[in-house]
Amino acid sequence: MASSNDCDPLPADVLPVGVKVLIAGGFGVGKTTFVNALSEIEPLSTEEMLTAVSAATDRLDGVENKATTTVALDFGRITLSPSHVLYLFGTPGQERFWFMWDELSEGALGAVVLADTRRLEHSFAAVDFFERRGIPFVVAVNEFDGAHRYRGEEVRTALDLRQEVPVVLCDARVQVSGIRVLLDLVQHLITTRSSHGSDTDQPTVRA
Amino acid sequence: MTPVLPDGPQLDEAAGRLVRPYTVSDGRTRATSHFTLVTTVRATGARTQGVFGLEHAQVLALCEQPVSVAEVAARMQVPAAVVKVLLSDLAEGGAVVAGDTRPAPTDHSARPDRDLLEAIRDGLLKRL
Repeated sequence: MASSNDCDPLPADVLPVGVKVLIAGGFGVGKTTFVNALSEIEPLSTEEMLTAVSAATDRLDGVENKATTTVALDFGRITLSPSHVLYLFGTPGQERFWFMWDELSEGALGAVVLADTRRLEHSFAAVDFFERRGIPFVVAVNEFDGAHRYRGEEVRTALDLRQEVPVVLCDARVQVSGIRVLLDLVQHLITTRSSHGSDTDQPTVRA
Repeated sequence: MTPVLPDGPQLDEAAGRLVRPYTVSDGRTRATSHFTLVTTVRATGARTQGVFGLEHAQVLALCEQPVSVAEVAARMQVPAAVVKVLLSDLAEGGAVVAGDTRPAPTDHSARPDRDLLEAIRDGLLKRL
């Protein structure tokens, strides 16, 4: 009731928490379509400056060959509640930008790897990256018109996925379909968290 | 909803960006506070202390409502690293507050807490 100075900074804890999910997969697999269908804003693009260790092996006086480069990142936004906002970041599809995934994936909750059954090999790189970094992900098979429909298990075998990695079917153009994929990812995160989160088999009650 | 920039991004159709991006941050590429792309920021409305330029004013205009660092950068059409420097200046001067600015865990074995995951799940379920 006693109103304080109207210039008081607002407390930081009322600001929503931003959460990042990566949308990965090969070029042309539907990442942009997926983000567009889900985003409540016109998808935006920002440039992020990233460090690349040069592939060149020439080294003078032990100086490492590092270069910075800027890469455009497309992203969309879903406001989930007054305190949580989800951001979907599309990962650059070209191989020459893979070095930046490390920085992009920092702090990410998890990833969706989109796959096209006509070109499954285009999603190998993303699967490999997230597996090696221990970043949880789901594989979402984008069911393109005219593409042969495969069962999830066939895709799992073809991509050599571990049993716990969910494989789901989706239509990247349809918002509800995308929401279901994100739900599958979050459920996967909750499941893996409870199965690995404790050293004992006892459920942890206290934080 | 989106505030209109006072002068718009300094772009010229033929020449592209008129001011080299890192000029606006005095060549600095390291922010003094830890901002990620998804950190939420908001202008406090407090009078700013210190000398700020046009770009600081543009940042302030864009974060009158809570907004992410990535969105500020996208709407200003400057690299996120530059916006982070500008935001650091503004935060130090008390003109901007930031949400969660803890460094993101680099180790993915540091799992997100269950409350956060459940809140996200509930938010998504409402969208079905």
